[in-house]
Amino acid sequence: MTTVTIDKAGPTRKAKYGSMSRDRTWALRWSYFFLVIFAIFSLTPPIYMLITSLKSSAEISAATNPWWVFHPTLENYVGLLTSNQFLRFFWNSAIVSIFVVTITMLISVPAAFALARMRFWGSTVLATGVFLTYLIPETLLFIPLFKMFAVIGDWTGVQLINRWYVLLILYPTLTVPFCTWIMIGYFASIPKELDEAAIIDGASWFQTLTRIFIPVAFPGIIAATIFAFTVSWAQFLYPLVFTTSTDQLVMPVGIITTLIKGDVFNWGQIMTGALLGAAPPLIIYAFLMDYYIAGLTAGATKG
Amino acid sequence: MADVTLRKVVKRYDEVEAVRGIDLDIADHEFVVLVGPSGCGKSTTLRMIAGLEDISDGDIMIGGDVVNDVPPKDRDIAMVFQNYALYPHMTVAENMSFGLRLKRYPKAEIKSRVDEAARMLDIVELVDRKPKQLSGGQRQRVAMGRAIVRNPKVFLFDEPLSNLDAKLRVQMRIEIKKVHQKVRTTTVYVTHDQVEAMTLADRVVVMNHGRIEQIGTPNELYHKPATKFVASFIGSPAMNFIPCRLEDLAGKLHVRLTDRVVFPLPPARAARYQGVPRTDKLLLGLRPEHITEAKPHSEPGIETFDTVLDVTEPMGMETLIYFTMEGTQVCGRVNPNAGAHDGGPLRLAVDLNNMHLLNEVTGVVL
Repeated sequence: MTTVTIDKAGPTRKAKYGSMSRDRTWALRWSYFFLVIFAIFSLTPPIYMLITSLKSSAEISAATNPWWVFHPTLENYVGLLTSNQFLRFFWNSAIVSIFVVTITMLISVPAAFALARMRFWGSTVLATGVFLTYLIPETLLFIPLFKMFAVIGDWTGVQLINRWYVLLILYPTLTVPFCTWIMIGYFASIPKELDEAAIIDGASWFQTLTRIFIPVAFPGIIAATIFAFTVSWAQFLYPLVFTTSTDQLVMPVGIITTLIKGDVFNWGQIMTGALLGAAPPLIIYAFLMDYYIAGLTAGATKG
Repeated sequence: MADVTLRKVVKRYDEVEAVRGIDLDIADHEFVVLVGPSGCGKSTTLRMIAGLEDISDGDIMIGGDVVNDVPPKDRDIAMVFQNYALYPHMTVAENMSFGLRLKRYPKAEIKSRVDEAARMLDIVELVDRKPKQLSGGQRQRVAMGRAIVRNPKVFLFDEPLSNLDAKLRVQMRIEIKKVHQKVRTTTVYVTHDQVEAMTLADRVVVMNHGRIEQIGTPNELYHKPATKFVASFIGSPAMNFIPCRLEDLAGKLHVRLTDRVVFPLPPARAARYQGVPRTDKLLLGLRPEHITEAKPHSEPGIETFDTVLDVTEPMGMETLIYFTMEGTQVCGRVNPNAGAHDGGPLRLAVDLNNMHLLNEVTGVVL
C-alpha cells in the first residue's frame, strides 16, 4: 500500500511542493476540484444573464445558441439607464438601504454593547431572544405585519402601506436581530479589563462604547453593516407585499412588476436590471471583503 | 494622595463569601501588598477598592470619605491590570492621556504630564507606537504610565507582573519600587508571589479564604508569623513543620521530636512556652536556614543531631538538603563544603533561638 503511493508520487512532485506532506497535496487537489465545481455552479447564472443582456429581443426569441451573442447590442442598458422608472427604483433601493443600514447600526451596536457588557436582570435571556427573533422567517410575518399597518392606518390615519418608508420599519426587523447578535459576539471577545480600564479612566458607558468599543470592534461593525446592506438591497417579499405604486417600488420588485407585462417577459431588460442591481453589493464586498471575513470569524469563534 | 481604610468589608456572590469581613488601614504614601493563594479574595478586595465590584457589607474609605457608592471614575484611583488592558487602537501617548482627555485637561498640561511619565518610565521613544508593536515589559510600563499621568490618590495594581517572564519580572519589580519612591502615591498591590510581596511592600497583608491572616512588614511576617499559613506561605523554601511534644526533663523544658531526638529549649523560649499543656500536639517550625551543618564549637540554643540525607540540591551558594523525620520531610540549608551528598550521613545543627512552636490543631503560632 505505502509503496504504491510512493511510486505514484514520483520525484518531480517532491521538487514541486517541497516539504508539503502527501495528505496535504491531496486535500488541496480535492478542494480545488470542488471549488471549480462550485465556481461553475455559481458563475453560470450571472454569465447567462450577461450574455442575454447583450442580445436584442429578436435574438433572444430566435432559436440560436443561447450561450453565444451573434449581434451584441447595448440597447437593453441604454433602455434601462434612460428610463426614469428604472432610475426611480434604483434611487428608492439606495435610499431605503442607506437608511436601513443607519437605523440598524444605531440600534444594534448600543443594544449589543448593553447586552454584552452591562449586566442587568434578564440580559442573557434577552440576548438569546434577540437571536431567536431572527430565526422567524418573513414569510410567516408579512401577513400579520400587513394587518398591523392596516389597523394603525385606520386608527391614526397615518398611511404606511404603499409608501417606500414603510420598508424602513420592516427591514430592521430582519437586520437588527442578526447584527445585534454579531456585535454581541464581537464585543464579548474584547477583554473585560479594557472597559474596566476605561471606566477607571473616567469614561461613561457611552464614552466607553464610542471611544473604545466601536474603534476596537470596527471589523465587526463593517461585517454587520455589509450584512444589513445586503439584506435590505436584496429583500423581495416585504416590498412586494407592502408597496404597489411604481414610484414607491424598490429595484427587485420594480424589475419584476414593470418588465413582465402579462405573459410577455422582456428578458433582455430583466437580465440587465438584475445585473445592474447586483453591482452595488458586489462593489461594497470587493472593498470590504477582508473586514467582512475578519468580522464573521471573530463573531463565530468567540461569540 | 490619601489613606485607604477598609471596615468589615464583605463580598458575597450568591451563597459564597469571597471576602469575609476585612479590616485594613493603609496610610498615606504607603505601599501595601495583598498576597495569598488564588481564590483568597485579594483581587476581589482590590476591585472593591477600585469600585469595579460592589461591596456587600462594610465600608471603604479613601482619604477619609466613604466611597461605597461612589463610581470608579469619581474615586480618583488608577489601576494597572494583569493583561495591561491598553487600548489597542490608540498610540502609547493616547493611551496614557485618555483619562486626562476625558476630563478635558488643557492640551499643554496633558503633554507635559505624558512627557514626564514617559521619561520616568524610559518609554519616550515609544510614545507614537501602538500597543501591538510593544513587548510585554514595554506594555507594562505604558500601563503604569497611564496610571501615573492621572496623578491619582491611590494606585491599584492587580498582579501586574504575572504575564512577564522571570527575568523581566525582577526588572519591573525594581522599576515599580523606583516609581513609588518618586511619586509616593498610596499603593495597593495584589500578587500571589510572596517574593514580590516581600520585596515591594512597606507592609504585607497575607490573605487566605477571604480573611486576613496577618498584616505586617516583610520582616515581621518572616520572623514572627502569626499562623501556620503565614509561616508556610512566606519564605522559600518553606518553613519545616515537625510534629513534636513538650516534655519536662530534669526540671528543664525540652522539645521531643522523635524517640531519640529531644532538645532542651533555650531559657527565653522555655519561659515563653512554660504554660503550654504537655499533652498538646505541637509542631516545631524551623526555617531551612536554621537547620545547618554542625559547627565544631557549641553555641547556646544550637543543638546537634545525626541524620541520613535523602536528597541534596546544590544551589551554588548553598546546598539544600532533604531528610525525613518521623515521616515528615525536612529541608535544611548547608554550606556547599559541608560534605552533604545524596543518601549520605550528616551531623546537623538546629537553631532553637529562631524556632516557632505551633498548635497542630489550630495552626496558631504560640
